[in-house]
Amino acid sequence: MTGSAYTGPLGLAAGAVLACAVVTLWRRDLRAVVSVLAVQGTALGVTAAVLAVHFRDIGLGVTATLVLAAKGLVIPALLRRIVRRDPGSRETAPLVNVPASLLAAAVLIVVAYLASGKIAALAPGGTAQLAPIGVATVLIGFFMLATRRKAVSAITGLLLVDNGVALVTFLLTAGVPLLVEFGASLDVLLVVVVLRVLATAMRARFGPFDLDQLRELHD
Amino acid sequence: MLIYAILAVPLAAGTAAAVLPWRPWAGWVTAAANGAVLVLGITLAAETTRRHLPGAAGGMLRADALSAFMVIVIGVIAVLASSQSVRYLAAETERGACTARHAALYTALVQAFVTCMLVAVLAANLGVMWVAVEATTIATTFLVGHRRTDGALEASWKYVVLCSVGIALAFLGTVLFYFAALHASGHPAGSLDWTSLMAASRRLDPGVVRLAMGLIVLGYGTKTGLAPMHSWLPDAHSQAPAPVSALMSGVLLTVAFYALLRFKAIADGALGPGYPRALLVVAGLASLAVAASLLITQRDYKRMLAYHSIEHMGLIALGAAAGSSLAIAAVLLHILGHGLAKGVLFLASGEILLAEGTSEIAKVPALLSRRPVLGGIFGFGLVALLGLPPFSLFASELNMLRAEVAAGLGWAAAIALVCMAVIFAAVMAHGRHLLLGKAAAPGRPGATPRIVAVPLTAGLLACAFLGVSAWPLQPLLHAAAQVVAS
Repeated sequence: MTGSAYTGPLGLAAGAVLACAVVTLWRRDLRAVVSVLAVQGTALGVTAAVLAVHFRDIGLGVTATLVLAAKGLVIPALLRRIVRRDPGSRETAPLVNVPASLLAAAVLIVVAYLASGKIAALAPGGTAQLAPIGVATVLIGFFMLATRRKAVSAITGLLLVDNGVALVTFLLTAGVPLLVEFGASLDVLLVVVVLRVLATAMRARFGPFDLDQLRELHD
Repeated sequence: MLIYAILAVPLAAGTAAAVLPWRPWAGWVTAAANGAVLVLGITLAAETTRRHLPGAAGGMLRADALSAFMVIVIGVIAVLASSQSVRYLAAETERGACTARHAALYTALVQAFVTCMLVAVLAANLGVMWVAVEATTIATTFLVGHRRTDGALEASWKYVVLCSVGIALAFLGTVLFYFAALHASGHPAGSLDWTSLMAASRRLDPGVVRLAMGLIVLGYGTKTGLAPMHSWLPDAHSQAPAPVSALMSGVLLTVAFYALLRFKAIADGALGPGYPRALLVVAGLASLAVAASLLITQRDYKRMLAYHSIEHMGLIALGAAAGSSLAIAAVLLHILGHGLAKGVLFLASGEILLAEGTSEIAKVPALLSRRPVLGGIFGFGLVALLGLPPFSLFASELNMLRAEVAAGLGWAAAIALVCMAVIFAAVMAHGRHLLLGKAAAPGRPGATPRIVAVPLTAGLLACAFLGVSAWPLQPLLHAAAQVVAS
């Protein structure tokens, strides 16, 4: 297989991961955001699958299946159940408004390219060239965590960070050992379950709430 | 075999608690299991200082002197904490806030936590170590929220969000180390095995390692409670049940720091000591400054202890920045001494909270006259924590400062001393009110149950004994320091 035959689909899938990250900043309707996360999880799984086919790597194939199941199906389903209980769930007043957020995303993408120059330089011509896409997704995840006020948005930010890290992992190393990958996927799944339990408990206690209403604990 | 036994014993105790019908004495069984971990850890330490131990589980696990030392730290604090878990669960049940199911869940989660921490220090593979450290986040979240108050919920939420982000960064750092190893000049080392990464460290690409080490310090630094990612720590430590606070501060923070030390050794090889040192000095001094500024105005004694943990993590970061064999040995002794002293103090504070019903410093005056035994334990604990002799923290702080001066970090040591002086004054002021103060209504002195007094006194005596003569640990400390010293 020539290099270009797989870098095409690979670039497309990786690009979709970043595009989804930007869209999560754009949409205020949390139900839509959860759907975008499902698309992103699927794109991430496809990236791993393309690499698995290219390298004829069974371990990576298993990882791809795992990612598709966990991030494409199970996690979005878990989040959808939080959102559905709260029909008017919208990110009504983010700390930074939507146009400014999109502008920030553009800046973060440039920063990601600058920051990961050393990575691309170490393996010229390989899939490592696409690593800045993953780094940009991580940075957008941070931005979301810092500027949004709904519990679901915080979970989304966390998942963006995690998906970005996973994308970098696939592109740089064609997957870490399977045991580690399995552990990492399971951990993410459990973290989402934990957060869902906490979000449900907090809603039961405080009613519909914004995260900056949490100020019982301070100095 | 020893490695398997160390992991199997606490896991078995936790599984039994989860599966079998709950009995109040099951807490003692767990404490005994953790005691067995301590004994096995000492055996492991004796083995590792004598000879090189082969790996286990297909090369995924292995033990060197540094791992053995950390097993001892985990064992000591787990014994102390699980003895007080019995007390905590009994008190909560009496209050009607804890059913048998809750007690069983609590015990199972504590044991899951202990097992994960043991896996982290016995893992040969840095990826497995990461998975183990991350898994503790999940186990401890429910433990932090175990009291199910508003504050506990809020603390759990902040804890899991911030630590998950931090640990994701640590994973990115780990992956970048792996990437650098795959592209190492000469023959590439295609694994996350620490020993092979160490062997290849001089051939790793400096640019990528620089980025990776930054992410590692930020990521594992979050779990260590180093500034600027420390803000989960005071909330989680103050809201968690006392035994969990003791475990988090003595074990969770230091195991995350242990991970940092392992990566630092690789980065030292790839970059020379300058860059990792600069990162650790910045993180250490920032933590000391944060702790000093927030301790002055602290009104809650559990939060006071939590900020004190940030201070001590800053101190060990500075010690590790010096990086010499002497410095690392002092860092390790400090990890053990701080774990013991802080564990005793958190457990005592749990007992004070139970007796007084508030964690506000202003509302709990004159403990020494009202509850002499408990007040005495708390007082001696504070003396230990402030680094006064005869406790081991005095010796380890002195040696860390000496090593920093020797490594040309005299200026950082000087700033650290200023922060320590501020903290000393602030904690003394709070401590004076808590211990001496003026009691509102003098009454009969309250008794302290033996189940609290005996283990906590033993912990303090152990800390003092280590300060007077660290000879039983000397060969182990020396061997462990050699593993990662630059």
